[in-house]
Amino acid sequence: MLRKIVMALMIFISFLLESAVFCHFELANVVPKFTIILTSAFGFMRGEEDGMAIGFFSGLLCDIYFGDVLGFYALILTYIGFINGKFSRIFYPEDIKLPIALIVVSDLSYGVLCYILLFLLRGRFNFPYYFASIILPEALYTIVVTVFVYPVILKINQLLEVREKRSAQKFV
Amino acid sequence: MSPIVKRKGERFTLPSKYLLFILTILCIFLMLLTFGTNVFNKPLNSAVGYVVVPFQQGISKAGEWLSGRSEELVQIRALLDENARLKEEVATLTEENTLLQQDKYELNELRELLELDEQYSEFEKTGARIISRDSGNWYSSFIIDKGSEDGIVEDMNVIAGGGLVGRVTATGPNWSRVTSIISDNSNVSAMTLATGDNLIVSGDLHAMTDGVISFSKLVDSKNVVVEGDKIVTSDISDKYLPNILIGYIHTINIDNNNLTKSGYITPAVDFEHLSEVLIITDLKQVVAEEEEE
Repeated sequence: MLRKIVMALMIFISFLLESAVFCHFELANVVPKFTIILTSAFGFMRGEEDGMAIGFFSGLLCDIYFGDVLGFYALILTYIGFINGKFSRIFYPEDIKLPIALIVVSDLSYGVLCYILLFLLRGRFNFPYYFASIILPEALYTIVVTVFVYPVILKINQLLEVREKRSAQKFV
Repeated sequence: MSPIVKRKGERFTLPSKYLLFILTILCIFLMLLTFGTNVFNKPLNSAVGYVVVPFQQGISKAGEWLSGRSEELVQIRALLDENARLKEEVATLTEENTLLQQDKYELNELRELLELDEQYSEFEKTGARIISRDSGNWYSSFIIDKGSEDGIVEDMNVIAGGGLVGRVTATGPNWSRVTSIISDNSNVSAMTLATGDNLIVSGDLHAMTDGVISFSKLVDSKNVVVEGDKIVTSDISDKYLPNILIGYIHTINIDNNNLTKSGYITPAVDFEHLSEVLIITDLKQVVAEEEEE
């Protein structure tokens, strides 16, 4: 129960960060994607189910606010959460290389998917331009933010796990 | 044991691939449903409105206060110079104003004589503050802190600094989404102010890096439209009110078909530094309403 509340709060905070706070700190006209960091992090820390749940709900929040149709960002983020969940088997909390690599790849594939679905299908063929001006800067900015945000997410998850273990032992 | 539902202690859990399948179907269903209808808009928009918007309002106020303080420090010197200059200007303008007042008096009398209505009565407007921006980095839309409770409905036009910003595309009780004209998925029917030629103004992510947006389908057989001409919203648009300034022509090119022209427009609004906007609460009259009357 506590985990659900904390997860809901984290979705909420990351959405606020990317939509209301970081629009004041735009670099090269892009905002880092906190929701992708969160989805991807919970995917490889906790497994497919949690990744999908976080992805679905944070995507839905983006959809309600900024999407033309409901479910578009939710679908992309659900898949990101699921695929990152596949890596939970080789994840160790001490290792920082895998998380950063996974988050960057997630953000890049999110960018490419958005380009294909929102722009390529409307006849905007200049992929190199969009890659260089939106997708790449977004990924770079996201890495920089990840370095600071990921330890916080990891710590929260560890605290929750310790608590869950304790309460599980109590009832044994 | 069935492969779908496996027993783990006392709880039933679905394997994650089935959950993924269900969520995929759900998302596609939602997309199809909301593409044509807006069944979910009202409850969902209200729900997030009460949860998220208060925080966004607080954050945007704090952010504005901070950036305001830093700007103040930088600008004090410039402002002092500007103040002196403006005082002189005020003196000349007051003089001009009295002259114009006299002219206006005369004009009103003449109008009354001609029984001319004012062509465009002032639109009803209401101000709103931008509280968050599209985080997707692809389209350019933003959220303002007024919604259906303040009388905002979809398709109302939004202006700032005398130019067109965009229109309202979704509303919640205390927030609404404005899609700006520089957004890559926006098209506005417009015309040149001088000659009344129609054209289509479309937002363009690529061109916006140079501070311009593109236009197309300008029929200008007499070659009179030149760079620098004013572009305003057209009379035939069914979403935008007529004669709102969009911007000025930046470049014109002749299309390959030798019939139409296209090119770029410099928007009248500074989209980079937008924090407050005005919403015109009058809606464009559509044909169906006129027929009823």
